Amino acid sequence: MEKPSWASDDLDIERPSPARVYDYYLGGSHNFVVDRRMARQAIDLWPELPLIMQANRAFLRRSVRYLVRQGITQFLDIGSGIPTEGNVHEVAQAASPQSRVVYVDIDPVAVAHSRAMLPGNSRADIIQADLRDVAAIFNDPRTRRLLDLGQPIGVLMVAMLHFVPDEADPASIIARYRKMMVPGSYLVVSHATHEGSPDQAGPHTELYRRAGAPLIMRSRLEVEALFDGFDLVSPGVVFLPLWRPDSPADVDDHPERFAAFAAVGRRE
Amino acid sequence: MTHVDHEEFAWRWAEAIVGTSYVPIERRVLASRLLGLTHQLVEAALAVEFDPSVGRQVGVDMVAAHFTGTETLRETLALIAEELPGLLDSAPPGVDAAGRVAQLVASMAAGYAGALRERSLDEQDAIYRAGLRARRQAEQALAASEAKFRAMFTEAAIGIAIADLEGNITDANSAMQRMFGYTYDEFTQLNILSAMVHPEDAASVWETYEELIRGKRDHFRMEKRYYRSDGGEIWTHLSVSLVRDEAGAPAYQVALLEDISERRRLQNKLEYQAYHDPLTALANRQMVTERLGQIFAGPAGHRRVGLCFLDLDGFKVVNDSLGHDAGDQLLKTVASRLTRCCSAGQLVARMGGDEFVIVVEDTAGAADMAALADKVLAAMAEPIRVGDHELNVTTSIGVVELAVADTNPEDLLQAADITMYRAKRDGKARYVMYDRNRNEREVARFTLSATMLAAVERGEFFLEYQPLVGLADRVLRGVEALVRWRHPTFGVLGPERFIDLAAESGSIVQLGRWVLARACEQARAWHDAFGAAAPFVSVNLAPRQLHEPALVDDVAKILLDNRLDPSSLQLELTEQALMGDEAGPLTVLTKLHDLGVRIALDDFGTGYWNLPDLRRLPITELKLAGSFAVGLQSPSPLADQRIVAALVDVAHALGLTVTAEGIETPTQLERFRAVGCDTGQGALFAPPGAAEEIDALLRAASPLCDVSGESL
Repeated sequence: MEKPSWASDDLDIERPSPARVYDYYLGGSHNFVVDRRMARQAIDLWPELPLIMQANRAFLRRSVRYLVRQGITQFLDIGSGIPTEGNVHEVAQAASPQSRVVYVDIDPVAVAHSRAMLPGNSRADIIQADLRDVAAIFNDPRTRRLLDLGQPIGVLMVAMLHFVPDEADPASIIARYRKMMVPGSYLVVSHATHEGSPDQAGPHTELYRRAGAPLIMRSRLEVEALFDGFDLVSPGVVFLPLWRPDSPADVDDHPERFAAFAAVGRRE
Repeated sequence: MTHVDHEEFAWRWAEAIVGTSYVPIERRVLASRLLGLTHQLVEAALAVEFDPSVGRQVGVDMVAAHFTGTETLRETLALIAEELPGLLDSAPPGVDAAGRVAQLVASMAAGYAGALRERSLDEQDAIYRAGLRARRQAEQALAASEAKFRAMFTEAAIGIAIADLEGNITDANSAMQRMFGYTYDEFTQLNILSAMVHPEDAASVWETYEELIRGKRDHFRMEKRYYRSDGGEIWTHLSVSLVRDEAGAPAYQVALLEDISERRRLQNKLEYQAYHDPLTALANRQMVTERLGQIFAGPAGHRRVGLCFLDLDGFKVVNDSLGHDAGDQLLKTVASRLTRCCSAGQLVARMGGDEFVIVVEDTAGAADMAALADKVLAAMAEPIRVGDHELNVTTSIGVVELAVADTNPEDLLQAADITMYRAKRDGKARYVMYDRNRNEREVARFTLSATMLAAVERGEFFLEYQPLVGLADRVLRGVEALVRWRHPTFGVLGPERFIDLAAESGSIVQLGRWVLARACEQARAWHDAFGAAAPFVSVNLAPRQLHEPALVDDVAKILLDNRLDPSSLQLELTEQALMGDEAGPLTVLTKLHDLGVRIALDDFGTGYWNLPDLRRLPITELKLAGSFAVGLQSPSPLADQRIVAALVDVAHALGLTVTAEGIETPTQLERFRAVGCDTGQGALFAPPGAAEEIDALLRAASPLCDVSGESL
């Protein structure tokens, strides 16, 4: 398969990686000079970025806990990135110790690091794969060992799909995942949008494009369209902090500042 | 009281730092954790023995809980410096609360900074190690894949060579080395443009190669010949791919070669076998078909084509008397003589058996072919030595020369074939030039013969009747039934056009049966209409019919079917029908005679029989050939008249009646009557006509051709 530009898997640490940039936004040091340089440029353009990333991470945590409450104990986290506080397996296993997680990332450094962090956990593993290589992901022996595909699973595509351009047809990619998910499974998505912060969105997109990881902002309608074949869970497609907040105090006065939509869908 | 203050402090602390670091916990949980730290700080500040390192531990704990943002530290230290003293109202006297808070803040800052430094270093270390591991894995994967590729390259059964864009060969695997007989070192000294060129390469080969090198195509494949290092030739299936660099510019080329020399040899052999005669090594019929196909495929224009069709005369005798080996030897010699007669563009082929064909393209006219045929006849004139025998072998040749536009391969071959048979009939050892008209007649004959039986079924035949008239009273005695064919293409055909063909093909049996049946039906109709005045019908029998023992039963059945008295039917046969030694025809004739059927010997006087022989024939009538009528018409008819008179006397003596054929004039009529001839037939009375015309005669019931009043 031809390598998409947004999923560069070479080992050129002279180029920023979305996974390590994200780690920097979250206050981590699992990053290289190029990653930090790019992250700082992005923050200069858009000072709220760390907050947005935190909100994204918080949505991940809330959605995983929601799924566990719905009885989901198997997770496939696509684009899992660099492990950090509140990893999916930590959140899920805290809520239900039997929870099993398969992480997937295309960044070989993120995968190598994740693997170093996971050896003690027999219920979580990581595989290096392209998001689009659905068959390889589901046929991987680690996936087969950890996930029972006869039972519902939770597929997480958090801060992932805005790296998939329209030419790669994200809807058809999701459709291929959907075919592998039995009814009662869930799809979790957060996705960057220009709606609410049009001023910053343009330059930010340009920055990622120049960095070799183009970022595609999508509208609410476009994000909704990704859930074809799924029933959107209330409250539907909303700005990040508005998706089932832990408490009203956690909700910012201007949720649109977070420039990203969050949504969870249930396989019909 | 104090407790409430602590919670208030912790909540405000949480408010201050939320969002400054990513900590995946709810604000409520965060506040309760900070409450614990608040308790520790307050306790430390109020302790009897002040230990500022509690501050350090709080800093370390914060970092451990992932409060790593720089703003977190600023907000925290500011809050503690400003607000913590407010929680220290219960400080024992003498305790410098403000000083202790300052020391705790300083200690916390140090602890936080130290822990953060350690954490960052650890994380940096972890990510670098991850980077190294990832790189190592990638390198291992690459090495493994390279090793796999190398193994594939080395061990492949197919030849693989790599060359730069100038054509310098940079690598060649062992299959390639074996195929070409070069060592690796020799190969890497070679350049494609010199060492890999074969003189028979089509121009397109190297044009295609150039396109690849210039990046205009990424791939080509073809079958191509090469020379081995030892000068031998190999055929390969070649597949060349262009490899481009990252920028897309041509970088080098990879060639895959499969040795197909064996397959090619086999293919050539099979092809050769398919188009050649194994005995003489000449081309075979298949090749002739192909060559003619090619000649006729293009636009005809004014092109002409010639063809000789040869058949050895008497080859069967050679085979039968000297054996097949001698026959084969003879055919081989003929083949080589024919080949010597022909020039390069002319195709000599053996069609099978002792038949040969020469195809000549672009002839200028028939003279070309005649010259070639002469040359062949001359070449064959020399006796051929087979073993101990000197054989004089001649050949019959049909020669055709036509404009391509006027014919097609099938017709050309057929015309030459038919013409060759004419050469045979004309006496062999010659050639005959094709004659379109004659050929068409032959083809028509063939067509008639082949379609006759179906024509009988389709009802294309019909009968006409010619009166047989009593010469004394001019009364209608009988009618001769004469068969006609209303052919859809050729019109109405008389028996002279098809009876011989019918006899050759055997169709005469069916046709004859039909004529008998139809004539008897008509006889029945006349009996019904005219009773005793009805004429008998006279039907001609072909010699072949007398060889059919079933004829007797057929006749009996037809008579019965039509409730006819046998004497109402007369069968006419020629003298020829009774020639030969076989007893069969005579036996059949005797049985027919015994049935009571009248038997007439037709055309008497022209052939074999003489009068005394008539005695032993079971016949009832003689029909005198038309030549007698011609004789009686002459100005000095005396001799003829005497002969006819003698014939009539003898016939009457044998109890036979006599009919004169071909009476056209009253003179003839009178002279035949005068010598006692019983009946006559001819245009004077009536030409052959439809049954209705006989009806009219019968209805008139008057003497035919009443010339009694005329002067003679």
